[in-house]
Amino acid sequence: MTATSSTSPTSPTPVLQVRDAAKRFGAVRALDGVSFDVGRGEVVALLGDNGAGKSTLIKAISGVHRLDAGSVVLDGVDITAAGAMAVRAHGVETVYQDLALFDNLDPAANFFAGRELAGPSRLPRALRLMRHRQMTDRTRELLDRLQVSLPDLDAPVALMSGGQRQAVAVARAVAFSSKLVILDEPTAALGLRESARVLDLVRRLKDDGVAVILISHSMDQVMAVADRAIVLRRGRSVGETAPTADNHERLVAWIVGAAGHQTI
Amino acid sequence: MARQAPQPALAVAAGSAPEEPPRAAAAGRGLTLALAVLRAGPVAILGLLVLLLGLVSDVFWSLENIGNVLNQSAVICVLALGQLLVVVTRGIDLSVGSNLSLSAVVGALVWQHQSSTVLAVAAALATGTAVGLVNGLLFVKGRLPHPFIPTLAMLTAASGLALYLSHSETIQGAPPLVDEVGAGRIAAVPGGGDIGWFPTATFVVVAVAALLVLATRGLVWGRWVYAVGGNPEAAVRNGIPVPSVLVSVYAVCGLLAGVAALLTMGRADAGSPTAGALAELDAIAAVIIGGASFLGGRGTVLNALTGAFVIAVMRNGLNLLGIDPNWQYMATGVVIVVAVELDVVRGHLESRFRSLQAVSAP
Ligand SMILES: Nc1ncnc2c1ncn2[C@@H]1O[C@H](COP(=O)(O)OP(=O)(O)OP(=O)(O)O)[C@@H](O)[C@H]1O
Ligand SMILES: [Mg+2]
Repeated sequence: MTATSSTSPTSPTPVLQVRDAAKRFGAVRALDGVSFDVGRGEVVALLGDNGAGKSTLIKAISGVHRLDAGSVVLDGVDITAAGAMAVRAHGVETVYQDLALFDNLDPAANFFAGRELAGPSRLPRALRLMRHRQMTDRTRELLDRLQVSLPDLDAPVALMSGGQRQAVAVARAVAFSSKLVILDEPTAALGLRESARVLDLVRRLKDDGVAVILISHSMDQVMAVADRAIVLRRGRSVGETAPTADNHERLVAWIVGAAGHQTI
Repeated sequence: MARQAPQPALAVAAGSAPEEPPRAAAAGRGLTLALAVLRAGPVAILGLLVLLLGLVSDVFWSLENIGNVLNQSAVICVLALGQLLVVVTRGIDLSVGSNLSLSAVVGALVWQHQSSTVLAVAAALATGTAVGLVNGLLFVKGRLPHPFIPTLAMLTAASGLALYLSHSETIQGAPPLVDEVGAGRIAAVPGGGDIGWFPTATFVVVAVAALLVLATRGLVWGRWVYAVGGNPEAAVRNGIPVPSVLVSVYAVCGLLAGVAALLTMGRADAGSPTAGALAELDAIAAVIIGGASFLGGRGTVLNALTGAFVIAVMRNGLNLLGIDPNWQYMATGVVIVVAVELDVVRGHLESRFRSLQAVSAP
């Protein structure tokens, strides 16, 4: 039996605290009182069947959805009501399930979309001249650091493979996040080899002390990188444990609803 | 451990035999080449057209004819550049022709009553911009489902207003400066007296194009225009002010319709309430032939100009050959289909290229 504490063992104060998060869409209770913590540098996996509320939960954290009730606290700051841009400004970056890349733009343009390096600063943002060189250099640096190799930094991301695109999306999140990176099914569209590269990125984030929330349907991947797994079902958190081989069956049981709520 | 797995990258060493996965590498090179050719599609179409016409017509390459083509293409070019911005954001502006007519009428009326070049020019440009602004605001603030609707409404409304203001008659006269720019020719034809061949209107086209290249490639605004077209939802999530970007794009398109109105006024020394009738079709066709995609995010200034020239050259060529003008419309239709078909093929090749990347990636 592992510790029952819901905070991470790696840090006394969690970087993220979600309390009693509730959200409905019409008659659907997408979230029905979910609470959990994420520690600094901790990788937390969110598991659950389709429609369990995983994406809704992370969208509530990232400011895309506004919770009906409950609170989200990041590093002591209440961000429950903050919009998507404000949450990002607090150091939380999200890679959404639907990727949210600009297919027609190159990696550097994708990295800096909405926060282009440009000047002079006395002009309104839209009328500033972009600093192309600086943006490309910073992009190259970061991709190097993350050991992501792309064939052509000038090509639009539409011409890249699923793994390369995902690497760009994850790298962008990494570049601008200081506290928390949220990844919603980052390997869903990828083959084995490309999935492995994305998981490598997750490990490197952890090494840098950045917390990660990872949504995945692949138990193998969760066991490979996550410190803790939280299972959602019908908008409720139904169980929480370390994703080890020993706990594998229990996790699956929670996901499919064959067991009651427990924290192990 | 016996066999080495395909190692990092297609470490294609200079010279020497093909490296690791030779089939993939060769296919990759083939695809890259094919894609490069297809991306040059609009230029290739124009080149082919020019070559053909040069062969079958003696006068095609004469300075006078080149001057005529340039002059006739000026209005299409300016309208196409405005339309390009709109199409890049997944939109369409059906009102540019009517906007041109209205702006020309307003400009000519102001000239008639005030005899002030500055006021007349400003009035034409302001009218064009205002019409574009209304289009953008109706689309964005009015939450209309597609820009087709506000700009279609504007097509009829602006046209009606132009006819009303002008009492359905051409308003004669335009500021001399406007005439000079719209109809003027410089650079005398050798042995042809002092009549020039090179239209001054072309300078306007070059200036507008240069400004737009700067704006689309250099300014943050331009990046936002392409971002909004590429993925509107992601643009919102990334904090790009999507509504303002959209409104600005329609306003600029309207402003350029005003510029085109001045060129038209200059050529005719008048403002006609039907001067721009159907011009929106040329503009849209030019943008499509130029490889812009209605799916958004794709299209360049130079390719839109190329598309405009394809239309102008084709029209000129059919005239030179004495072919029934009605064929011109059919020919334009054919070129549009060919251009879009090339675009479809390019899309297929790109997805092949993508899967190849996944296979051969390290
Ligand atoms: N914008 C929305 N409007 C209405 N209902 C929604 C919306 N977003 C989610 N839902 C509903 O909320 C519930 C939870 O959806 P959510 O996307 O969070 O599930 P998920 O756990 O991410 O599933 P998946 O594994 O399929 O991605 C589902 O019943 C879904 O239909
Ligand atoms: Mg989901």
